[in-house]
Amino acid sequence: MREARRLLFIALSFAATGLGCLHVLAAAEENAAATPRILSIGGDITEILYDLGQQDKIVAVDTTSLYPANALKDKKAVGYMRALSAEGVLSVNPTMIIASEQAGPPEVVTALKSSGITYVDISDKPSAVGVPEKIRHVGRVIGAEAAADALAKKVESQFAALETERKHIKTPKRAVFILAIVNGRATVGGSGTAADAILRLAGVENAAAAVSGYKPVSDEQLTEFAPDVVVTMSRGGSDQHKAAQALTLPGLSQSPAAKTNKIIEMDGLYVLGFGPRAPAAAHDLMKAIYAEAGQAATAP
Amino acid sequence: MTTLDETRFAAQSAVRPKRGNVFIALSLLLAVIAVFSLAIGPTGISLQALPRAIAAALGYAPEGTAERDRLVLIDLRMPRTLLAAFVGAALATAGAMMQGLFRNPLADPGLIGVSAGAALAAVATIVLGNTVGAPIVSLLGIYALPVAAFFGGLITTIGLVAIAARRGQLAIGTLLLAGIAVGAFASSISGFLAYASDDRELRDLTLWSMGSLSGASWQKVLAVLPFAIALTFLVPRLTRALNGFLLGEAEALHLGIDTERTKRLTVVTTATAVGAAVAVAGVIGFVGLVVPHVMRLISGPDNRVVIPGSALLGAALVIFADIVARMAVRPAELPIGIVLALVGAPVFLHLVLKRGVGGWE
Repeated sequence: MREARRLLFIALSFAATGLGCLHVLAAAEENAAATPRILSIGGDITEILYDLGQQDKIVAVDTTSLYPANALKDKKAVGYMRALSAEGVLSVNPTMIIASEQAGPPEVVTALKSSGITYVDISDKPSAVGVPEKIRHVGRVIGAEAAADALAKKVESQFAALETERKHIKTPKRAVFILAIVNGRATVGGSGTAADAILRLAGVENAAAAVSGYKPVSDEQLTEFAPDVVVTMSRGGSDQHKAAQALTLPGLSQSPAAKTNKIIEMDGLYVLGFGPRAPAAAHDLMKAIYAEAGQAATAP
Repeated sequence: MTTLDETRFAAQSAVRPKRGNVFIALSLLLAVIAVFSLAIGPTGISLQALPRAIAAALGYAPEGTAERDRLVLIDLRMPRTLLAAFVGAALATAGAMMQGLFRNPLADPGLIGVSAGAALAAVATIVLGNTVGAPIVSLLGIYALPVAAFFGGLITTIGLVAIAARRGQLAIGTLLLAGIAVGAFASSISGFLAYASDDRELRDLTLWSMGSLSGASWQKVLAVLPFAIALTFLVPRLTRALNGFLLGEAEALHLGIDTERTKRLTVVTTATAVGAAVAVAGVIGFVGLVVPHVMRLISGPDNRVVIPGSALLGAALVIFADIVARMAVRPAELPIGIVLALVGAPVFLHLVLKRGVGGWE
C-alpha cells in the first residue's frame, strides 16, 4: 500500500504542476485585434514585410528572421522554420501565415492550412528572377501591390546594374564559399546552393561547382579548387579568428587566395537570404573581390 | 506454470504492493496526466471549451471561436495525447520484453536492429526523397517517412532472426551479436547518407532523431490503432513465458515453455511495437530502457506486473514529457527526446541509488 500511496503522490504532484501551467495561461489570454495579424516564416519574407512597411502587422516570426535585428526582439518567435508546432503557431493568433516553401514539418503545415487561417506558400528561388517574384507575391497577399511593385522594380534595376558591371569583368576570379569549418574540415557551397547563386551574381566563378549542395570537403579537394578568393560567413559579430583560420587550412594554404590574403567575410542572411538586399550583397561581394588592394576585406 | 509464478514471487508479494493496487494507481496516474495533456497547450484553450469544440465537430456550432477550439482540442491535442500514450506504452513494453528475453538490464530494442533499420529507412527517405526516391516518396506523400521507418525496422529484425537462426534454433547469444553487427552496418549506411545530404536534409534528420509528437493527427492515430490492439492481445500471452526466462533459457525449456516460439514471438512483437512508435514520433530513447526498471523497483521482477505496468507508466511518462515539450519554450517547441532524458535521467538515478537495481541483484 505504501507504494500505491507513493504513486498517488506522484500523480498529485503532476496534477499540481499542470494546474500551475493552466493558471499562468489563463492570465496570458490574448484578444484578437481588427488589424491583420501576420506570422512571417522565413528570414527573407520578414525582410520583405519590413521593407514594405508592414512590420506593425507582424505578430510573430520564426528564428531565421535575423534581419532587421529588432524583428526577433519585438516579435514573438515560433521556433525554427522547419520545426514548427501547430498549437504554438495558433497561440500567437495569426490571421495570415506567410511562409517560405521550406517551412515544416509537413504535418504541421497541413494542419495549419486546414485551420481556416490564410496560409500563403512563398516559393524560394535564389536568383535575380526569384527575388522580385517573391516580393510581388508577398505584396499581393497583404494588399500592398503598389509598394511591392516599386520595391521589386528597384531590386530588378539593381540586378540589371549588377549585370552590366559583370560584363566589365575581363578575367573572372575563382572563389570558394566556406559555410563552416568543423574539426579542421571546411563545408563548401557547391552548385545548386544560394552560395553558388550569389557568387555567380557577383561575377565570380564558383571553384567548388563540382560539388553539389553544401558538403564537407577534404583538404586534397580544396587544393584542387585553388581559389583566388575565399568567402566565409559570419553569424552576427565579426569573427576574424575564424576567417583567418580558413586560410590556414592545409588545402588552402598554397592557394592564390592565401598568397594574397584574400578572404571576405559576410553576414549569412545578407548573402544567402535572397531577400530584397540580395543585389546589394552581390554588389558588395563583387566590390570586395575585385578591389585592387590584396588586403583582407570585410564587407558590411 | 501457475506453481512457478506463485512460488517464485510468493516471498516478494508479502512486501510488494498488490498487483491490483499497482495497476489501479498507474491507471489513475495515466488518466490524470492524459486529462492535463488535453487541458494544457500554448493557445491557453482549456477543457471548458470542450463542449463547444465537440458541438463544432458535430456541426452544431457557429463559426468563429468554436471552430478554433475544435481544431486545438479535437484535431491537435487529442491525437497528440493518444499518440504519446501509444508511443510510451509501446516503447516501454518493448524495453521490458527485451530485458526479459536477454536477461540483461541494459537490453533495449536497439539490440535487435529495429531502431537502426527504422533510422536507415527514415534517413534514406529524407535524403533520397528529392532525387532517386522521388517517385515513391511523392506517391506516399507525408506518409512516406512513417511507412518507410516502420517497414525498415521490421524487415531488419526479420532478416536478423533469419541470420541468427541455425537449424531452426534461435540462439540468444548469436541474436545479440548478429544484432550488434546488423545495427552497426545499418548505422554506417545511414551515416553515409547523412554525409551525402545537404544542410536542410541534415537539419530534418537531426530533428527526426530527437523525436517529436508535433506531427500528430487522427490519421496517425488510426494507423497505429491496429498495432495497439494487436499488442494488447499479444503481449500478455508472453509475460508468463518470459517469467520462465528469468531463470534461464534451459530452465524455461524444462518448465515446459516453448522457448523457440517465445523468442521469435517476443522479437517480432518488439520490432512491431518499436517500428510503429518510431514511425509516428521519430527516435525517442530512454523510455524503453528506464521505465521497466522503475516498474521493477515498484513491483519486483514478476513480468505479469512489470510488462503491463511498464505500458501504463511509459504512456504516462511520454504524455507528461510531451506537455513539457510543448509548453517550455512556447510558442516554439522542444524535441521530446531532450525533455525525457533531461527530466527522466536524474529521477532514475535517484531511484537506483536509493533502492538498488530492482530485480537484477
